[in-house]
Amino acid sequence: MTIYENTNVTTATIKPDPKTQTSLLSVQDLRVWFELRKFGFAHIGDVHAVDGVSFDLGFGESIAIVGESGCGKSSLMKTILALYKPTRGRIWFNKTDLSTLKRNEVKEYRSKVGFVQQDPYGALPPFLSVKGILEEPLIVHGVKSKEERLQRVTKVLEEVKMTPVNEFLSKFPHMLSGGQQQRVVIARAMIMNPKLLVADEPVSMLDASVRVEVLKLLRNLQEQHNLAVIYVTHDLSTVRYFSERIFVMYAGQVVEKGKVDRLVNNPLHPYTFALLEATSDPDAGNAKVMKVIPTGEPPSLVRPPSGCRFHPRCPKMIAGKCDVDVPPESNPAEGQYVSCWLYE
Amino acid sequence: MEERPLLDVQKLRLYFKTTKGTVQAVDDVDFQLETNQAIVIVGESGCGKSSMAKAILRLLPRNVAEYSGKVYLGGNEIMGLNEEQFRKQVRWVKMSMVPQAAMNALNPVLRVGDQVAEPLMVHFGIEKNDALAQTKTLFQRVGVPVDFINRYAFELSGGMRQRVALAMSLSTSPDVIILDEPTSALDVLTQSNIFNLLKGIKKGTNASFILITHDIATSSELADRVAVMYAGQIVELSDAEVFFKEPHHPYSAKLMASVPRLRGNEEPDFIVGRPPSLINPPEGCRFAERCPKRFARCTAEPPVTRLGNNLVKCWLYS
Repeated sequence: MTIYENTNVTTATIKPDPKTQTSLLSVQDLRVWFELRKFGFAHIGDVHAVDGVSFDLGFGESIAIVGESGCGKSSLMKTILALYKPTRGRIWFNKTDLSTLKRNEVKEYRSKVGFVQQDPYGALPPFLSVKGILEEPLIVHGVKSKEERLQRVTKVLEEVKMTPVNEFLSKFPHMLSGGQQQRVVIARAMIMNPKLLVADEPVSMLDASVRVEVLKLLRNLQEQHNLAVIYVTHDLSTVRYFSERIFVMYAGQVVEKGKVDRLVNNPLHPYTFALLEATSDPDAGNAKVMKVIPTGEPPSLVRPPSGCRFHPRCPKMIAGKCDVDVPPESNPAEGQYVSCWLYE
Repeated sequence: MEERPLLDVQKLRLYFKTTKGTVQAVDDVDFQLETNQAIVIVGESGCGKSSMAKAILRLLPRNVAEYSGKVYLGGNEIMGLNEEQFRKQVRWVKMSMVPQAAMNALNPVLRVGDQVAEPLMVHFGIEKNDALAQTKTLFQRVGVPVDFINRYAFELSGGMRQRVALAMSLSTSPDVIILDEPTSALDVLTQSNIFNLLKGIKKGTNASFILITHDIATSSELADRVAVMYAGQIVELSDAEVFFKEPHHPYSAKLMASVPRLRGNEEPDFIVGRPPSLINPPEGCRFAERCPKRFARCTAEPPVTRLGNNLVKCWLYS
């Protein structure tokens, strides 16, 4: 696997040694496999959830990871959050290798990385008030003074536009609307002043009318705090308003990556093309035409297809090539990388 | 006598009793559906979309406070039927439903084939083996491999479960199929495949569709007519061509503007505020509080104005 050359101009001069580079997060040839056991002990295979993913994320940069369910997005995200251990490969955060962290250092690391879950109601404990929910991380990380805690809770609630703050402090999650719940989740992720925010489908459970509001809020926070954001989603239409670069994942691997505008206007990989084709804009003409969409479903990650993993569904499959050899990553256009035999 | 459309809903009302008061979930809803037409009901969550579907199919919870109105299906009034007649003549025979989150709608301890065959056996008295044979044809039609007939719901992917639920609703060849958020839990590619399938069914049969969704972008894949619901009422009912180009009601316009688009450069905008409580909905126009075009008359209940083939419930047009 090749190491991803950052397209961001400011961080373009990447040296092989991650200790000297300027990016906030550097993921190198990451593999996360889950062992399958028979009767609890006999090894019968691995689920290759993430299989060779590399990228760099600069300070204050926002990227989107796009793909269908089961493509390894969540495993990648959870490994970045230090919830899973990588099977192979390294993750560097601010020049520190995550695998070398001791237990208390992991705790310290987690205070620098915020997590916004998909389902806000499921992510909030029902028996704690908004104040209790937001205080918890502060208590865990040793903020002893009550006044300071209240002050920080108030400040973060103002930042997520939950005003007047006093009205919300004593409310419980079920008393809030979906959009407000999600803002509490964002506030909780922001309260330790993280450097990186990982957002897993943050708006997919929300109403269309609130989605844009929450996305704009995230965007504002990102700009104000120079926050790096990893936005995980399957909805390409929201990515444009939020991220600078897109990574398209399929079956545990990144198949195409590049600047948002290039990728949306000029997709190269047939899978990216299909994802874009499947995304509708509201238009009455849609009802009159059938979409050309690859049928079938993403492959099993226990025994992924040989060669290119998309070949069984690919409309442009070259027999004898795509189903045999793994396509290398090529760089057919500036700022756009694709792993596909069509561009070799 | 003027001929009635396939489905004619008049002043349909469904209120629920709760400890906090009466919830006016569906409040005097009128709409018509022609043969082989698809109507899309859009709106924010809690605006009464799903309750309306349940009211039409009479799948009611126990805490109903008021249930009234008239529903004509194929010229016959069905609200007056008693429960036994309704079950025998209407539900699943003439009208079927694909419920929200099809994954939870399938019985986990029955094989999916048996579940799809069940309506055929119950409603038409078909022998089990024949019903299963018909199920196989249905599975082929909706793109489920025939040998999945012996599987259980948990052995299927989300898209396959949705297809099975769709097969179940098609089994009795109903006139009207109600789809409640059929694809909201699915991936984009699966979503498009399901909509391709629905388009094919619409073309190949005479079925009409009521599609309930909050996803306006994908709803355009099937829509002939669009009904916008707000706080229990339909505020606009337009042809899809008109609606997706220039919606009339200010709420519809705001809703359309909130949709992020993949192509084009408009910056999406959100709607300030949240829908009113349905326990004590505001007097007059229910959207007035959030409406950018509010004026003095909005304190009174707006009349429904007809603009060509389109109906709008707003003072701006009367």
